Amino acid sequence: MDNSILRRRRHELIVGAVLLVAVALLPLPIKDVYTQNLIIITLLFAGLAQAWNILGGYCGQISLGHALYFGMGSYVSTLLYVQAGLPPSVGIFFGGAIGGLAALLVGWPCFRLSGHYYAIATVVVGEIGYLLFLNWDYVGGATGVYIPIAKPSLLNLQFGKDKLPYHFLVLAFAAATWLAAWLIEGSRWGYSWRAVKDDVVAARSLGVNIFSSKMAAAAISGFFTGLGGAIYGLYVGYIDPDSVMAGHFSILIALPAVLGGVGTLWGPILGAALLIPLKELSSSFLGGSGRGVDLMLYGAMIVIVALARPQGLVSLFGRRRDGSA
Amino acid sequence: MALLEIDGVSKSFGGVAANVGISFEVAQGEILGLIGPNGAGKTSLFNSISGEVTPDSGEIRLEGKRISGLGPVACAERGIARTFQVVRSFESMTVLENVMVGAFARTAHARTAMRKAMDTLEFCGLAERADRPAWSLSPPEKRRLEMARALATDPKIILLDEMLTGLTPTEAQAGVELVREVCRRGITIIMVEHVMEVVLPLVSRAVVLNLGRVLTIGLPSEIVKNPDVIRAYLGDRYAAA
Repeated sequence: MDNSILRRRRHELIVGAVLLVAVALLPLPIKDVYTQNLIIITLLFAGLAQAWNILGGYCGQISLGHALYFGMGSYVSTLLYVQAGLPPSVGIFFGGAIGGLAALLVGWPCFRLSGHYYAIATVVVGEIGYLLFLNWDYVGGATGVYIPIAKPSLLNLQFGKDKLPYHFLVLAFAAATWLAAWLIEGSRWGYSWRAVKDDVVAARSLGVNIFSSKMAAAAISGFFTGLGGAIYGLYVGYIDPDSVMAGHFSILIALPAVLGGVGTLWGPILGAALLIPLKELSSSFLGGSGRGVDLMLYGAMIVIVALARPQGLVSLFGRRRDGSA
Repeated sequence: MALLEIDGVSKSFGGVAANVGISFEVAQGEILGLIGPNGAGKTSLFNSISGEVTPDSGEIRLEGKRISGLGPVACAERGIARTFQVVRSFESMTVLENVMVGAFARTAHARTAMRKAMDTLEFCGLAERADRPAWSLSPPEKRRLEMARALATDPKIILLDEMLTGLTPTEAQAGVELVREVCRRGITIIMVEHVMEVVLPLVSRAVVLNLGRVLTIGLPSEIVKNPDVIRAYLGDRYAAA
């Protein structure tokens, strides 16, 4: 009986491993570049949504400014490469570090606010970051930065026209965020953070330090978001404030987790698997003639889930498992 | 030396003086009742002792060391646990997970915390609810969960804020038994309670608060006969009786 948690966790690990192998084998049947690209973007957002989920889902701090960490990650990794010649395979971790650091700096003042006020503050901070980068000549301003094409190698994380290495790179990224969330769930941090989310007063009466819990969650979440941003920058080969730091990225990072189920291991993955292909397909089919129709579809889906299943789509599976446990 | 010393504690909220110069001591191992009519300042005092608020003046000492003003986290670390008048379970977590949050106050190791939480649930009679989500518990079970969560932090003192209020007589009796068991473990208890006939047989001493001040401190048998107490509860008309 007291092993039910351990049993559940072992089960999650097995499902995770199976899923990992399955996704790793996807390029075998799928040769077409468009679909490969779709899978890469989906995996990237599965990882980003999981990163967001660490702060927004487990710790309950709804951030709508994650585009800032995403953008800073891609800028730092790109500029270190362009200006200082640091290989991107190292640079992406600097991108992650700066994302984590930025999340701490934003958290320092903003975590004094709670609930909606924190969310509003993160929107504002995100916009400030966007405007700063838009007008900052050293980082290319509104023109952005091109990533020079280098010899395809693992060190440069550039592979010419070959999409396959990126498939494994973003898969590793998504798997790392999932594993981080899994480890957090089973640790003292995970329990403390969920307590902070559910009831701050009760949590601190049990010795949970609220502020440092939020800061730790923000640092980890920011790190992975920055890392994802750095990988994205390399993948698309060109960054500017609109393509990596605009406010809609914050929403795009948060939505898969919200749709799939906040504070759950599988929610962000499920959400990304539904949402990102839907968005990409609808914008490529409808983008030209009906601009914005993809966004309407998107919005409609969120409204339906919010009304019918506010706990997220993952809860559709969860109930059955509870019954058998 | 007393385990807990309340030394001239005052606290006002705006113009309302919730506590005025409150002083009393709590001995190791006793069950102290904190009673008084609505608005007497019982919960305010609990909030000061548990560190949730800082008294405007006066000091609270645990084992001779000041704890007032240190905040709730430090107070929990030093061994003060509490339950809440309006239950505050972590609704998205299971019963076991709720108690594990408390157990993590003393260990960083998940399996140790799990074992401790399970033992505590066993002790509080909630073992078979362990895997249920906290929101699905009945009100008396939620009260027990609060107790279990607080106990899992290995407290020296536990503050029970109206743990027996609103329960049926049978449930309340079960609650009384639980409080006695906790006391037998050597944990000191301070309980705020309205239901006099439940509290008075249980406690070794009672502190009566009225309008933010200590009205009297004494044995339960003395308290019920004290004319000031009767006046505070029932008004002047009954004081003579």
